[in-house]
Amino acid sequence: MFDDLRDLYQEVILDHGRRPRHARRLEVFDATAKGDNPMCGDRVQVWVHRDADGRIAETGFEARGCAISVASADLMAEVVNGRSDEDVKALAEKFRDLARTGTTDAQTDAQDEALERLRPLAGVHEFPSRVKCATLPWHALLAALQGRSEASSE
Amino acid sequence: MNVTTRPSVSDAAVLDVARIRAEFPILGQTVRGKPLVYLDSAASAQKPRAVIDAMVGAMETQYANVHRGLHWMSERTTDAYEAARAAVARLINAADAAEVVFVRNSTEAINLVAHSFGRGVLRPGQAVVVSEMEHHSNFVPWQMLRDAHGIELRVAPITEAGELDMAALERLLGDGRVGLVAITHMSNVLGTYTPAERIARLAHAHGARVLFDGSQAVVHRRIDVHAIGADFYAFTGHKLYGPTGIGVLWGRRELLEAMPPFLGGGDMISSVSIERSTWAGVPHKFEAGTPAILEAIGLGAAVGFVEDIGYEAIAAHEASLTDHALARLAAIEGVQVIGRAQDRGGVISFTLDRAHPHDIATLLDRQGIAVRAGHHCAEPLMHRLGVSSTARASFGIYTTHAEIDALATALARVREFFA
Repeated sequence: MFDDLRDLYQEVILDHGRRPRHARRLEVFDATAKGDNPMCGDRVQVWVHRDADGRIAETGFEARGCAISVASADLMAEVVNGRSDEDVKALAEKFRDLARTGTTDAQTDAQDEALERLRPLAGVHEFPSRVKCATLPWHALLAALQGRSEASSE
Repeated sequence: MNVTTRPSVSDAAVLDVARIRAEFPILGQTVRGKPLVYLDSAASAQKPRAVIDAMVGAMETQYANVHRGLHWMSERTTDAYEAARAAVARLINAADAAEVVFVRNSTEAINLVAHSFGRGVLRPGQAVVVSEMEHHSNFVPWQMLRDAHGIELRVAPITEAGELDMAALERLLGDGRVGLVAITHMSNVLGTYTPAERIARLAHAHGARVLFDGSQAVVHRRIDVHAIGADFYAFTGHKLYGPTGIGVLWGRRELLEAMPPFLGGGDMISSVSIERSTWAGVPHKFEAGTPAILEAIGLGAAVGFVEDIGYEAIAAHEASLTDHALARLAAIEGVQVIGRAQDRGGVISFTLDRAHPHDIATLLDRQGIAVRAGHHCAEPLMHRLGVSSTARASFGIYTTHAEIDALATALARVREFFA
């Protein structure tokens, strides 16, 4: 009945939406921020722990939201590990393109394993009302890295 | 609009759904290759041919501004605009058409009362009571009044079943400081009807006035503002099969007369000089500027359409749909219906154990089934229920039992999809 929705709900999304690996509040953390989607009531909080070099050592989150938003937060927590703030910011921008348009600059992307990991979320671009589900955790993460407590809404 | 000369099915109190559906052009549409199953009427209802034709007809044959032209077109348009007011007055059994104020929607109606009655009649130190299950439109205006005018805002709780806690309401009224009770007549989330007559009696016994947000209720039941004992009654046109941009505030004449205007401008004055202005009488005092003329005419047509069908037939059809839907949903594993009020109508919120409401809505949409998912502009209620959002199916006069079956079948598949 829903076969044509497998583009949106790929197995990796269903899996991470159901059993997120990073859905936990960090006991020790350097930054945290919340993201709210006032239109639907979805909410996410992200915690970040940095290593001695200031790179991300661990990311945890608590999300109240749909399969897309939970899977997106979980995959995000996975791929930002070991990255600098600059790196995360660049990746967030590419991911936003991916979510909005279904594609990104191919030349750079081919080299970016992280983006490949996030590519299953590209299906949201066909669902304008769902794009924000996928991008909300990233807004929260960027806010945390910038020392803000709340993600600014788009 | 003469309702007695048209064929009516209300005598039999049986609704010929196929005939009614034929009146709604949009219901023949397909969505994503599937026939449209529109279960979002509580958000906004679809429009019958009578409404579409009335609005197009007015634009094509008799349109001008109202209340100011000395020419044929303006006089005819004014007649049509005021006939719509009279139709609304008849629908809700208002004593006088002058008690019907046209506004944009329920939100504006409630803001009008919060502004003009709240600041013009209520005194700082008095209180307003709302309930936990209000739409934001009957919450936020009172918070604004509280902050601007020193009015206390009290919130009457609901019971576990999702009904208004009448004992708690009575306690909130106990100190005699409440000036207004503002409560929904039917919850847009739980489908709960509130006992309007009892609420009004209770409020009046404690010296308070009462406003009902009838946005949902007026769609499903005959409203008699006098039988209820209401002081104000608000509803919007677009949920009642009429157009957007037109709503109604009914108020008792003496209350409306005692209230200062809401917005200032043209059409609401008696005279204007550089020093001061005097106000027009009710209802025009509250209708500043060129009103939503075509939309009012459309609402008048919608009222005629609903009266032709008859509330008896509408209520019977929707009760049958609601019973059917509750039974079908209860049979699906993992589905939880939110709220189990004794007196409830065709607005059903639910959750599914394996899928978030947004995911449910996206999957159902693929089957051409339109439901709402989210907090339904009732965040305090969501908080009370301990959920962040729900999916909601809501019914109209054109909804069929087969559409509810389609919803139930698809929901069971949604659960399998997220297994």
